[in-house]
Amino acid sequence: MSDNGYKSGSNLEKVLKAGHFAFTGECGPPKGANVEHLKEKFEHLRGKVDAVNVTDNQTAVVRMSSAAASAIMVANGIEPNFQMVCRDRNRLAMMGDILGVYSLGIRNMLCLSGDHQKFGNHPQSKNVYDIDSMQLIAMVKKMRDEGKFLNDEDIDEPPRMFIGAAANPFADPYEYRIYRLANKIDAGADFIQTQCIYNMPRFRDFMKQAVDMGLTERAYILAGVTPMKSARMAQYMAKMVPGMDVPEELIKRLQGAEKGKQSEEGIKFAIEQIEEFKEMEGVAGVHLMAIEWEHKVPEIAERAGVLPRPTIQ
Amino acid sequence: MIVADRKSLEEILDMLKTHNKILLVGCKGCVTVCNVGGAKEVGILAASLKIARKKDGNPIEIDEKTLERQCDPEYVEQIRDIHDQYDAVLSMACGVGPQFLSEAYPGQTFYPAVNTKFFGGAVQHGIWEERCAGCGTCIIHHYDGLCPIARCSKSLQHGPCGGSADGKCEISKDVECIWDTIVKKKMEQGRLADLRHIRAAKDWQTARDGGPRKSIREELVQ
Repeated sequence: MSDNGYKSGSNLEKVLKAGHFAFTGECGPPKGANVEHLKEKFEHLRGKVDAVNVTDNQTAVVRMSSAAASAIMVANGIEPNFQMVCRDRNRLAMMGDILGVYSLGIRNMLCLSGDHQKFGNHPQSKNVYDIDSMQLIAMVKKMRDEGKFLNDEDIDEPPRMFIGAAANPFADPYEYRIYRLANKIDAGADFIQTQCIYNMPRFRDFMKQAVDMGLTERAYILAGVTPMKSARMAQYMAKMVPGMDVPEELIKRLQGAEKGKQSEEGIKFAIEQIEEFKEMEGVAGVHLMAIEWEHKVPEIAERAGVLPRPTIQ
Repeated sequence: MIVADRKSLEEILDMLKTHNKILLVGCKGCVTVCNVGGAKEVGILAASLKIARKKDGNPIEIDEKTLERQCDPEYVEQIRDIHDQYDAVLSMACGVGPQFLSEAYPGQTFYPAVNTKFFGGAVQHGIWEERCAGCGTCIIHHYDGLCPIARCSKSLQHGPCGGSADGKCEISKDVECIWDTIVKKKMEQGRLADLRHIRAAKDWQTARDGGPRKSIREELVQ
């Protein structure tokens, strides 16, 4: 642990440690080297969120690397949450990249298995999975807290990362999901960002389990929110995205909106969710994944009453 | 056993297009058991190739031979006297067979008639499934005899991932999520504690990642 009492000293860590309700956003890097496009996307998030997740070849579609996009964010004064998946790199590349991004000023990282490449635009590729997300979390913790590589060699200037992990309370088998979350926290996750939540009763139950098991005392849990742009998007996610639980009543609610008002209805639902999460025991914040809808984040943040974001020295 | 699928007739015809007399060699090992490269399949492929080439106005002569095993020098010797009587040799064994043949007869040209796929077994008549990835360090006892290295699409040692739904893998509804099976079995039998610790990163040196592998049994080496 660093001398100032923080593990990493990232803004996100400071906000959470101070007991504020955190609010994080997300930004997918461009399918190209278009830095201006990237900047345009993340500028919408400036001052509206505590950190911005930078996705790593999400859905196995090749994009500008999360490391480079995160570094561009740092250079522009926005705090990234660097995502790293186990699909594309072995332990050498992972540890090298962790040191690299830390040296470029990145202080948060989210450790993920990654979507299988079969979904993406290069299904012919070889996957790696040298280590899995659980082992990645443990590896980053070891690098930070013990100052050692996976092989126990000493690191000259360890990377002090605030370690994040994902949880999907909607994948199967449901009864095991809470234990998988517990394992991630045992492995060293400081914060958790959940999969997009639409099934509120199930999430309430999941959080109750997390609280009862004491997990919320050991890690900060941020509830995942993705506003629906339309009933069609909801239907697509319900059918096509594995591990996504979109209740029929939400689809009906969106369908029932006036013509041209489905996206507003989607935002309303997201805001209702955020309001409930603020009061829900054990929930430390919200992770807003406004997919290709970054420009809507300021409005959603404003209407959800999470502005202004706290500034902590 | 090693499970293979036969290549398409078109691909095999294309491989052999410059040859007019070939030896088609089957194997009585795994490929006989998985009905892809035994004496029966050798006969069927030879007939199919001859018919196709005849139809094409470019007949081909094919002799058939099925060895005890193509992965054993002793049996590979069985074509010593005849191998050079052909333009080329087409092997119906797994990927090991044509290589042992190539090494024994460097002057001849060998072609594979099958695509070698995995270590597995028949789950029902006509359907074979992968069970082992040959990683060189067996850990299935940690997972109630079910191998996540071979059977999880991501070879996760801590699953199931967030893509597991209704017992199926995120890559396809036709693929079982082996982690769903592992976890349910442990929970039903009250052995959840088995899954409540973090396993060290796997040492892949014993797998293909450590380079081409060799197994030496000192007591047998002369």
